[in-house]
Amino acid sequence: MIRFEPRSNPGPILVYGVPVFAAVFAILLAAIPLALAGAPIMDAYGLMITGAFGSVFSTSEMLTRATPLILTGLAAAIAFRAKLWNIGAEGQLYMGAMAAVVVGTGVIDGPSWVMIPVIMIAGALAGALMLIGPTLLKTRMGVDEVVTTLLLNFIVLLFVQMMLEGALKDPMSMGWPQSEPIIDSAILPPLLERMRVHLGLIIALVAASGLAVFVKRTVWGFEIRAVGENAAAAKFSGISVTKTMILVAALSGGLAGLAGVSEVAGTRGYLATDLSPGYGYAGIVVAMLARLSPVGVIISALFVASVFVGADSMSRAIGVSSYLADLIVAMSLLCVLIGGFLTRFKVRFDRRKTAG
Amino acid sequence: MSSAAHSSHKTSPELLLQLAGITKKFGPLIANDAIDLKVHKGEIVALLGENGAGKTTLMNILFGHYVADEGTVTVTNRDGNLEQLEPGAPQAALDAGIGMVHQHFTLAENLSGLDNIVLGTEPIFRLRRDRTAARAKLADLMSGSGLNVDLDQPVHKLTVGEKQRVEILKALYRDARLLVLDEPTAVLTPQEADSLFVILRQLAATGLSVIIIAHKLAEVLAVSHRIAVLRGGKKVGEMQTSDADHRSIAELMVGREVPVSRRTERVPGAPVLRLSDVTIDRGDARRSLHGVNLTACEGEILGIAGVSGNGQAALAQLLAGLDKPDSGIVEIFEAIVTKFDAHKFAQNGIARIPEDRHHDGMVGSMSVAENIAIEDVRSKDYQKFGFLDFAAIRKRAEQAIKDYDVRCPGPGAPARLLSGGNIQKLILARVLEKSPKLILANQPSRGLDVGAQSEVHRRLLEARQNGAAVILISEDLDELLTISDQIVVIHAGHVSKAIPTDAIDRSELGLMMAGQTKTYTQQAQTSNTIRQGETP
Repeated sequence: MIRFEPRSNPGPILVYGVPVFAAVFAILLAAIPLALAGAPIMDAYGLMITGAFGSVFSTSEMLTRATPLILTGLAAAIAFRAKLWNIGAEGQLYMGAMAAVVVGTGVIDGPSWVMIPVIMIAGALAGALMLIGPTLLKTRMGVDEVVTTLLLNFIVLLFVQMMLEGALKDPMSMGWPQSEPIIDSAILPPLLERMRVHLGLIIALVAASGLAVFVKRTVWGFEIRAVGENAAAAKFSGISVTKTMILVAALSGGLAGLAGVSEVAGTRGYLATDLSPGYGYAGIVVAMLARLSPVGVIISALFVASVFVGADSMSRAIGVSSYLADLIVAMSLLCVLIGGFLTRFKVRFDRRKTAG
Repeated sequence: MSSAAHSSHKTSPELLLQLAGITKKFGPLIANDAIDLKVHKGEIVALLGENGAGKTTLMNILFGHYVADEGTVTVTNRDGNLEQLEPGAPQAALDAGIGMVHQHFTLAENLSGLDNIVLGTEPIFRLRRDRTAARAKLADLMSGSGLNVDLDQPVHKLTVGEKQRVEILKALYRDARLLVLDEPTAVLTPQEADSLFVILRQLAATGLSVIIIAHKLAEVLAVSHRIAVLRGGKKVGEMQTSDADHRSIAELMVGREVPVSRRTERVPGAPVLRLSDVTIDRGDARRSLHGVNLTACEGEILGIAGVSGNGQAALAQLLAGLDKPDSGIVEIFEAIVTKFDAHKFAQNGIARIPEDRHHDGMVGSMSVAENIAIEDVRSKDYQKFGFLDFAAIRKRAEQAIKDYDVRCPGPGAPARLLSGGNIQKLILARVLEKSPKLILANQPSRGLDVGAQSEVHRRLLEARQNGAAVILISEDLDELLTISDQIVVIHAGHVSKAIPTDAIDRSELGLMMAGQTKTYTQQAQTSNTIRQGETP
């Protein structure tokens, strides 16, 4: 018989070691599907590493992929900290991207130091509003935000599609449903010449450190932590749970919106419905791997991005399905969840049989 | 009566249960340290101890929920032979005739008493339900013990005392020979408690053995034959009840002398809180108030007596600023309250001690220091431009830990590591340090050990001495009678007139708590005018 006994105070080795161990373990587990696909396992691992870190180009690709993941990871982390289950980062990302396109394709023009902040603010606002609605429904009427935010993703995607077929359609696109390109002054400039990694990475890193300081050191961060850990006690002590939730919604939606801005103005240059391969959902994995720590989000986003980019390149080289990357990411999430359980509980094996 | 019972046991000490050298460790904590306990047939043994003394662990081992690291549990089986109980097997304990009545009842509210009692003893697959045998057995049990309940009523219609009888009947129906009661009087009125004791005595006379887990000394002295005291996982004393006295047991439990807090004479000042005709209707009796009139003055402790679930929660929510009245007027500091807001209340000198200190009183994962500052983080003392002033927060925490003797690893330790008594000290430090003028203390000493209880009382009396008005909501009559200046009784959302504590008749109070005085609602209407006439 197996018993679980709660640990009173898990030590730092457990708290920090478990996610790392989980990630490594997930990569090792990937050997099973690789073997089933008949691939040479050691070569596959080698190709994955060179695919993500082998050259300046591959590292730049990996960082480009990590940029939106950091932002959506932060969006999930701050929301989950307050127990606001925002599953709608994907939709907020598209709304942010669309807002950036609306103001960033020639309606207004100016130098870069004006245009970049303008599209960032527009995108963040649009993302924030997308989450404030469901949050108000939750605090006022108890509507489950998991359902509303998740379903809004589909509504937003269809709405974006509609706009791209209509009002926002680029007349020069030869019939493809895509927007006009972002004007040059609003483009996030690349960090390295002839590489895709762009200013969005710096924005994401600043956002992560800013959020870390915000949560730990400010009054609002204090209130977010209190509401997330024990809403009843926070309410009793005079903290407004509704106001705190709305602040969290604005931050979380805003960060997801910024991810959209970064993709549309940094990587793609125009809006299309294939802008995000599920960055909003992957952000949840990133946040969970990071145990909702803003600084941890950077590390776990880099990990997830390297798995994606590395596995992609490996699959092309030896002809294995690139879905392997999704498999590894999903397995590391499962490993982290199990690991999280093991940090909170001790497993005891009793030899004595269960009494009947 | 008790001496007669004792002598009969001494002449025929037929052993029923023997716990020998029970030791249980949880990591470095020794919850039970070589505890021996014997229970004879027809004997009532009281197991006394503060929280964390090891009472619950010991009972969990008896029931097979835990496995002891060392020691054995032996029961005389029905053939009269001593037999060792299989460790870790709840079914073995049940088969041996050990029955438990938990503090929180385990009854299905929508089923009748009879359904609840036979539940689990009948085969699942059957064509026809025949309960004549069950009824006959229960009628027999009831007539022999005085455990009278209408078994055909659904359980939710029964009073708390009746539900407890159903629980006891349930155990007896399963042929229990040893009944374990966990804090059985916590939810009862004094009259209900007295009648429970009469029943237990009768049951013991017919040969049932009883273990009562308790921390109220007076009750234990009234009902038990023998007392075993646990402290820090060890059995520190065992005596015949006839040889025991209140003070010596208290000291055994705590391990040192317990200071007794007493009220000193103090003339109450101006009214601080006045409720006029306040009604809150939430459909549910426990959350509603009906036309409540109440006045509390400076330098006065106003006790709110009542059985749990009679509107105390509604009154507490109102005074904590978490709910607003549907009608009626609330005046605090001689101003009519229009905005009911917990933050405003806390900032304006109202100290609020929550009923459930774990659930509403602290954020477990945040530090002790953060929990002490939680009501005030928005004030200028603890933040600059929105950034927390950790030095100031820590300084206040260090002072509070010293002044209120909060035992914790340090101001940075997570609050969930604290024991119940220390959490309450943390909350006292949070709210009393700002010298409040009005204090809402909701069950401030419930679940605390004797030492921590007396500390809470001392602090409340000190605040009273400094001119605070204290609203003390409590289910513990001893507490109310010791420190309140006046007491009102709350029943079904109605509040009686205030009675000076010195003029109180305990049994009259019990009747009022049970809602059996017809006049209390009319009295409530006039209480305000009477009170004002009395106050000089």
